[in-house]
Order: sequence, then structure tokens, then C-alpha cells
Amino acid sequence: MSLTSPTGFLTSSVKDALGWARKFSIFQYPFVTACCGMEYMATNCSHYDQDRFGAGFPRFSPRQSDVLFVVGTISHKMAPVLKTVFDQMCEPKWVVAFGVCTCTGGFYDNYSTVQGIDTIIPVDIYIPGCPPRPENVLDGLIKLQDKIQKGEQSRTLYDPRTKIGRPEELQSGYTIEGHIKHIETLS
Amino acid sequence: MTPLERVQQQFANGIIETHAFRGDETVLIRPACLRSVANFLKDSPELDFNFLMDLTAVDYLFFAGGRVQKEHRFELVVHFYSSTHNHRLRLKVPVDEKNPEVDTLSDIWSSANWYEREVWDMFGIKFKGHPNLKRILMYEEFQGHALRKDYPFDKRQPLIGPAN
Repeated sequence: MSLTSPTGFLTSSVKDALGWARKFSIFQYPFVTACCGMEYMATNCSHYDQDRFGAGFPRFSPRQSDVLFVVGTISHKMAPVLKTVFDQMCEPKWVVAFGVCTCTGGFYDNYSTVQGIDTIIPVDIYIPGCPPRPENVLDGLIKLQDKIQKGEQSRTLYDPRTKIGRPEELQSGYTIEGHIKHIETLS
Repeated sequence: MTPLERVQQQFANGIIETHAFRGDETVLIRPACLRSVANFLKDSPELDFNFLMDLTAVDYLFFAGGRVQKEHRFELVVHFYSSTHNHRLRLKVPVDEKNPEVDTLSDIWSSANWYEREVWDMFGIKFKGHPNLKRILMYEEFQGHALRKDYPFDKRQPLIGPAN
């Protein structure tokens, strides 16, 4: 918390205190549709323990939650449901795209799968991986907490024609060459 | 006597071809006698196929890169299992492209009901006499049948959002 803001002591402090309170009391809505859900549960259980970050309490009503965790592949048939759930959430709200299917569609480049949920709802944090390791998830959660502290929220959708609104790392989609390159960087 | 030999004995005229390899038996039958063969498989005590395991279809358009031309574009594939005799049989029926329609099996084996809806959804093969033939996986607004080989692989029909 910065107590010496040039723009005024009181307003910035209230904003910081609100951010601090919000980031350590994340009430999440897990929108779990596929295999990533297992990794999400592992992250939430005692070994990795999301509760350390104040995000251990899932609410199964969108009206009581402030972070939407979209975990797993979203099909075109499911997309209106996801949009409705997002619209039902009260402000302030954030969205986490968990797993590569929600980020870009992943390898499901086919007739049934939404090519990234950022085409239908704004996404704050992307956690790619198939599935992401719990460490990746916790890293994403900490990045989300930074965003909440700063009071930032994503408001824009991804436009596939102009290619604006999605991180550059996720633009190219899945390629064999990129995968080999990624494996080489690991070793 | 294996199930295949029993079917061959009973329906000598209805069979187009058969195939057997190490107990894995397949019989290709004429569409006209699908119902009678199915009833025979279900009701005769020495076969007693009480379980329809799977019902799906194959689209042979552009099969083997277009080198193999089949007389009929589709084939319906049905897998049966008998839990009393512990034997299996695969039944195939050729389906024409112009009039893709075969008789339903859903009144003989109830499990065929949703499988036939899936085949209708994905391949556009109609089932005569099916009680509720509508899409099961895709939404009603979806145009065409997604697993047909002439459905463009990059065609998108989203309900909301851009068609990317």
C-alpha cells in the first residue's frame, strides 16, 4: 500500500485498501467443463492449497463470486451458457482462462470448439498448458492478485480479424515447430 | 457354430460379404433385411445378442485418397455382444448417398436410440421409424453434418461470437 500518493492521501489509500481486501478474498466461480478440472482440484487441495492466497472458497452461484475460472474446453453449444454466467456476476469481476483450450482453442481446431473464450468474454489472466501445472495456476493467481490490487480489469474482446486483444505468445496457436522449440527450451 | 456361420445359414440371400479374423466377425448385409437380421440376432436363443454395444457410421468419400471407389458412400456399423454366450458380431449396412435412410433398431435395442440420433447429427443418415430423430450433440441451428468428409474442416458456425 502506498501511503504517499501525490494525487491525494485519502482516495488512493481507500483504493489500495479495497484492492488489498479484494485480492485476498477471491470468491471464485469454477466453470469446469473438461479434464483441466482435475488439475484445478489438485491446486485447490491441501498439497498446493489455493487457500493460502485467499482463494480457497468456490461459490457455485455467479452472483456471489468475483473471479470466473473457466476450466476446460468451451464448445459453441456451451458458449451462450458461459456468457450468461459471466453477465450474471456482479462488478467488480475478473476472468481466468485456465488451460490452453480456453485460451486459444488449443488443438481443438474444429467445428465444435470456441477458439479462445476471449472471443466471447473479456479475459484477465491466461494460464496455458494442457493441463497447466498447479505451479502455473498459482503463478497465474498471483498475477491476478497484482491486477486486482491495481484495480485493473480487462474489458476488451479478442478480434480474430485484427488480432487485437490477445497476448502475443498465444497468437500463433499450436504448431509442431513451436512445440519442439518449447521442449528444447525446457531441457 | 459361430454367430457368423449361423447368420450366413439363415440369411444366405441377404448377405453381401463377410469377414472373419481370429474370432472377430463382420457381416455386410443388404439394407432391406436389416430388421429381420436384427430381430433374429436378438430373439434366437443360440445367438441371444442382448447388448447393442455401439452404432456408428463411416463416410467413404475420398476413401484412401480417392483411390478406392465404393458403390455406396456410407456404411452403418453396429456392434453386438451377447452376455449369455460371450460372443460378438459386427453388422454393416451400406447406405446410399442420394437417399441416406435405413430402418431404426431403437425399438429392438433401446440403446440404439441415442446412437442413431448421433449418426443423424454427424452423418445425416435418417432412421425410418425412430421415435425422436433430432440432433443430440450439435445445436439445432447447426447447418450440415460435421463428420461428413465434404464438410469443410475450417467451417465455423458459432452461436455467439466471431466465426474464427
